[in-house]
Amino acid sequence: MSDKNDHILEEVSNAEYKYGFYTDIEMDQAPPGLTEDTIRFISAKKNEPDFMLAFRLKAFRHWKTLKEPDWAHVEYPPINYQDLIYYSAPRKRPKYDSLDEVDPELLETFEKLGIPLDEQKMLAGVAVDAVMDSVSVGSTFKKTLAEHGVIFCSFSEALQKYPDLIKKYMGSVVPYTDNFFAALNSAVFSDGSFAYIPKGVRCPLELSTYFRINAANTGQFERTLIVAEEGSYVSYMEGCTAPIRDENQLHAAIVEIIAHKDAEVKYATVQNWWPGDKEGKGGVYNFVTKRGICKGENAKISWTQVETGSAITWKYPSLILQGDNSVGEFYSVAVTNNKQQADTGTKMIHLGKNTRSTIISKGISGGQSNNSYRGLVKTSRKAENARNFSQCDSLLLGDQCGAHTFPYIDVGNRSSIVEHEATTSKISEDQLFYCLQRGIDMEGAIGLIVNGYAKDVLSKLPMEFAVEAQKLLSISLEGSVG
Amino acid sequence: MLQIKNLTVSIHGKPIIKGLNLEVKEGEVHAIMGPNGSGKSTLASVIAGREVFDVDQGEISYMGKNIFDMPAETRAREGLFLGFQYPVEIPGVSIANFMRTAINEKRKYLGLDPMTGAEFLRLMEEKKKMVEIHSKLTNRSVNEGFSGGEKKKNEIFQMAMLEPRLAILDETDSGLDIDALKVVANGVNKLRKKDNATIVITHYQRLLDYIVPDFVHVLLDGRIIKSGNKELAMELEEKGYDWIKKETANDAV
Ligand SMILES: Nc1ncnc2c1ncn2[C@@H]1O[C@H](COP(=O)(O)OP(=O)(O)O)[C@@H](O)[C@H]1O
Ligand SMILES: [Mg+2]
Repeated sequence: MSDKNDHILEEVSNAEYKYGFYTDIEMDQAPPGLTEDTIRFISAKKNEPDFMLAFRLKAFRHWKTLKEPDWAHVEYPPINYQDLIYYSAPRKRPKYDSLDEVDPELLETFEKLGIPLDEQKMLAGVAVDAVMDSVSVGSTFKKTLAEHGVIFCSFSEALQKYPDLIKKYMGSVVPYTDNFFAALNSAVFSDGSFAYIPKGVRCPLELSTYFRINAANTGQFERTLIVAEEGSYVSYMEGCTAPIRDENQLHAAIVEIIAHKDAEVKYATVQNWWPGDKEGKGGVYNFVTKRGICKGENAKISWTQVETGSAITWKYPSLILQGDNSVGEFYSVAVTNNKQQADTGTKMIHLGKNTRSTIISKGISGGQSNNSYRGLVKTSRKAENARNFSQCDSLLLGDQCGAHTFPYIDVGNRSSIVEHEATTSKISEDQLFYCLQRGIDMEGAIGLIVNGYAKDVLSKLPMEFAVEAQKLLSISLEGSVG
Repeated sequence: MLQIKNLTVSIHGKPIIKGLNLEVKEGEVHAIMGPNGSGKSTLASVIAGREVFDVDQGEISYMGKNIFDMPAETRAREGLFLGFQYPVEIPGVSIANFMRTAINEKRKYLGLDPMTGAEFLRLMEEKKKMVEIHSKLTNRSVNEGFSGGEKKKNEIFQMAMLEPRLAILDETDSGLDIDALKVVANGVNKLRKKDNATIVITHYQRLLDYIVPDFVHVLLDGRIIKSGNKELAMELEEKGYDWIKKETANDAV
């Protein structure tokens, strides 16, 4: 009854609105503030199907009833959600004409990461000359995928071309009611990516290289949706090792992964949002909800993340092991330096029988940063013989940083086994001197030690990203030890 | 190659080295002996550039340059090697990777191109044979879970890889059984050349049966109280440090 009322209300207001801002549709930006009008503006701007707008509005109405969470181990000034701009059109024109105009510090970092010149240009928003034809690179890529029936496109494109798939899966793993930031994202999300692997298909390409080039344009509220049908396989890599500066301070993304029976998804992410200056000013707040579900029997999701950026990170990727015999793996490295704050962790929810999971989390803190890890392992009453092994290690690089581990274990039946190990260690003066004495300078020594410490996780990344991630860890920790 | 003049070192205000003189020339092997706590490791650390110690007085020149003008990594790249008394563990970093990083840092400093993977592997195989270490050892993380003997052999292996001009081996013999001791000594002897030098720090005379030193110095309470040749080591072994303490006390009177 009330649903129906809602619907009517929506239609009426929608219609009014469409008319109301018809003249404004050419605007590249929504005016600051967040109202139902803003949401209608976004949806209309993107020419979305009706169900999408309805979903957004429901999420928005729910969001208004929520309070921002304050339990995390992070501190930041209150965000005025009415001051933010929720939509701006993707930049069609390059920001700069040549690399000479780009901040030299950023270029230096690109150099250190070994990013090819052409990619540097794309990442920095410089006009690219004809030598590198990114469009054709993209299209060969797309052709190969199409031959296998794999869909890999932007969320907006998917909404136009595959609305039924989106309708079926969007919000099925992370409902808009999940939390404050998930509700916000569901109401105002700008764009994102969609990957769909049909039944029995082994995705012939790692869904990564291409993505990286585009990553610089990702918006403030992204959504990723990955669906692996029965017996399929995909390795999906998102994010970017290059530092991403963004005038938008608040980022609240959603990632949903669905693995059906016998399917395997390898999801890897490297995130390096701008952490702000040494005082932590101007850095990105990254409040993300990421979740995967092993829906069918024998499904497997393996999750690897390397996190070095953001002024504040609030992130608890979780895996739901619903199918019997399904497997969840979670490998994470989180680095905080200077004044960065991170409150991250993972949730492993065992629902099916004989489900198995592994969590390896490596926190690295330098400067005056704060790195908290929360891990929840839950086995339900029906999850007979469920097994989990968790290893949570913290590495401190000085005396002024902090690491905190909060394990939560909730075992719902007698046959499941949950093991948890935690260690905290410090880079010792002895280790550093040992390296120096072999001719390796301080920076190199820290890089080497930290990468050794994180090896178990880095080795899970696709090769090319592993190499970049290694460099990234070293760079992120420059100046972290007195 | 190395000249130490009137060196005085302290830590947190506590004097440890109290006016020490030493000269090491190319082609020479020096042994420094002394009881526990006499300052042997401190001397080695100061030469290698460890910063926790305060150098209150004195000079050290290495290859004709003031050693204190060079940070520790530069000294290493200039061919100074310290075999640690207590080698530290670096979890997750394989010996191979560690050595490759070290060698390429040195090459960069010398203006050379980095070694290719193949070149590096060849060098590593050659040196492994030379110092008789187990071929799987280099895949393991630096010193992690190593036995005492493996740690010491690893130090000698690294020395072989880096081909230093001046190597200081700090009690590389302690804790080794006689076979391991021979391997270590053999490694040092094979690496001995006309233009490099070695300082062997040891507690016991027995290492000196295998590595024959040109000079032996007795370090006691931060000073070299007696220098001599190999005979001194044997005398010391026979009569103990008390003998030498008395003898120098008598000299002073
Ligand atoms: N890091 C340190 N802090 C305080 N005292 C130290 C330190 N290192 C060495 N010492 C002191 O210096 C003296 C000499 O030590 P060391 O050089 O290790 O002697 P050796 O190697 O001859 O046994 C000892 O009294 C030791 O306690
Ligand atoms: Mg000692």
